[in-house]
Amino acid sequence: MGLAELRRDRRAAIAATLAIGIVLAVAPFVIGATAGSTWLRIVDFALLYIMLALGLNIVVGFAGLLDMGYIAFYGVGAYLYALLASPQFGLHWPLWAILPAGAALAGLFGVILGAPTLRLRGDYLAIVTLGFGEIIRIFLNNLNAPVNITNGPQGISGIDPIRIGGVSLAKPIEVLGFTLPSLHAYYYLFLALALAIVFVSIRLENSRIGRAWVAIREDEIAAKACGINTRNVKLLAFAMGATFGGVAGGLFAGFQAFVSPESFSLMESVMVLCMVVLGGMGNIPGVILGGVLLTLLPELFRHGAGPVQQALFGKVVLDPEALRMLLFGLALIAVMLYRPAGLWPSTRRRRELRGNSA
Amino acid sequence: MSAGEVAVARGELLLAAKAVSKHFGGVKALREVSLGIRAGEIYGLIGPNGAGKTTFFNVLTGLYTPSGGEIVFAGRKLVASAPHKAAERGIARTFQNIRLFANMTAAENVMVGRHVRTRAGVLGAVLRDRRTRAEEAAIRRRAEELLHYVGIADRADDLARKLSYGDQRRLEIARALATDPQLLALDEPAAGMNGTETAGLRALVEGIRADGITVLLIEHDVKLVMGLCDRVAVLDYGVLICEDVPAVVQHDPRVIEAYLGGGVA
Repeated sequence: MGLAELRRDRRAAIAATLAIGIVLAVAPFVIGATAGSTWLRIVDFALLYIMLALGLNIVVGFAGLLDMGYIAFYGVGAYLYALLASPQFGLHWPLWAILPAGAALAGLFGVILGAPTLRLRGDYLAIVTLGFGEIIRIFLNNLNAPVNITNGPQGISGIDPIRIGGVSLAKPIEVLGFTLPSLHAYYYLFLALALAIVFVSIRLENSRIGRAWVAIREDEIAAKACGINTRNVKLLAFAMGATFGGVAGGLFAGFQAFVSPESFSLMESVMVLCMVVLGGMGNIPGVILGGVLLTLLPELFRHGAGPVQQALFGKVVLDPEALRMLLFGLALIAVMLYRPAGLWPSTRRRRELRGNSA
Repeated sequence: MSAGEVAVARGELLLAAKAVSKHFGGVKALREVSLGIRAGEIYGLIGPNGAGKTTFFNVLTGLYTPSGGEIVFAGRKLVASAPHKAAERGIARTFQNIRLFANMTAAENVMVGRHVRTRAGVLGAVLRDRRTRAEEAAIRRRAEELLHYVGIADRADDLARKLSYGDQRRLEIARALATDPQLLALDEPAAGMNGTETAGLRALVEGIRADGITVLLIEHDVKLVMGLCDRVAVLDYGVLICEDVPAVVQHDPRVIEAYLGGGVA
């Protein structure tokens, strides 16, 4: 690669980064002004789902371990926040203490799930992880007796909003005579953490550990023969993936101010798995795209199906709520038929052995 | 030389199999096989189909736990059923049915081979500190060297599955060499190769030995084994029937009988 070409490449990269940065920075104001706060709230959720999808991508996309119970780690993170910052136990820990604790606890649960499933692959692993996810949900559902910890199916309400430097994000924030609405503030917080998770994902992918994960996905026996301690490296994948889920869960609890076991059902695990598979397993931009699309599409169908029918037929023929999942399912099938590797599959990354040393 | 391992002087015993047995239910795939491989030699392991050659390989490289006996490598007993430990101690292998990381590039395949000799963990990967960067650069450099060494440097950025059969065999050897082995075990490397490719392989194996790496070779191509190996062991129905220099093995009546059936010789 020539020097001029390299310089042009770098300039293009800087320009692209700046453009994306500006778009991301003004997005909440544009969305808030045009589509309204309902949509901004959906975008905030999309950011949480991106974090989840990237976490699951480490387990499923990189290491090739089919995990159907991933949402359990989201639940662990969410409930830890709920228990440590709510009237439930009268505890009110700050965010900077809860998030790392949630990440660590979720990581520990990742290892607890990973350890007994080390010898399993494919379908068998899927069944066991699915069971694990349900066990966590059922525990959360029933830990209200004999000692009330989780409040059972009623869930925990009145959770402290996220506070940063003593400023609550639940109320509009006054900054230099300028008011930042709550949803906007949450957007920036979630964006910052999502970007951090993207960064960590990219760094891991292009590392000794990332290569070991992919090697296990490609051929476990060959990976062992190369000296990879597959047990430890798999556990690491489970733990890292779970950590991202734990962080997202904590944010979710603070954002919603309410958690209940319903939020962590099998359907949610399937949804996150769909984001990873549909976006493009193992490819970070693809997984992000999957996260965004699969959060926005069902909502588009929900909000769009009524008015469109009104315009076409003069009345609402089918209930939008029912139509939503039907259209969503059709979209999924279409993508899997026409783009089986996902919308944005991992391209043949030219690993420029020569390019880099030049 | 592999880390943490005592260098074994040329001609000394590098690996000793002591009465190694392996049973699968009632099938006795290996019966008290004892043999010794000396440092610096090319050691051939031959035998008719089903003689137990690959089983022996799998015990040797930690994939199987032996039903009896033990393997001593560089003076220390080998931990059974821990393939990654075998690699760590300096035993690298290739597979009869090529096992590459198909959707990784040739260069990445070799880079995975460096795993066992490198250290970077999650923290290093995320922070990319100076030591991690230096290590990563060294991994890349070594991968480049090894691809060049086996003669497929021009395929570095191609996915392993896009490589020709012969090149895949070479890539597997490069990946094995990346673990800095003392003993390189090749499981039928010439299978399915044409004359030219076999000649190239032979030159490659001789070069590897010249670099001080002991080679264990399982092969069906008797001509290749007899021409290349310093010593040859013959397995038949899981029993070691002969271990000697090729000239002697070739004329051993038990070997001829095993290959051609009784009464012919």
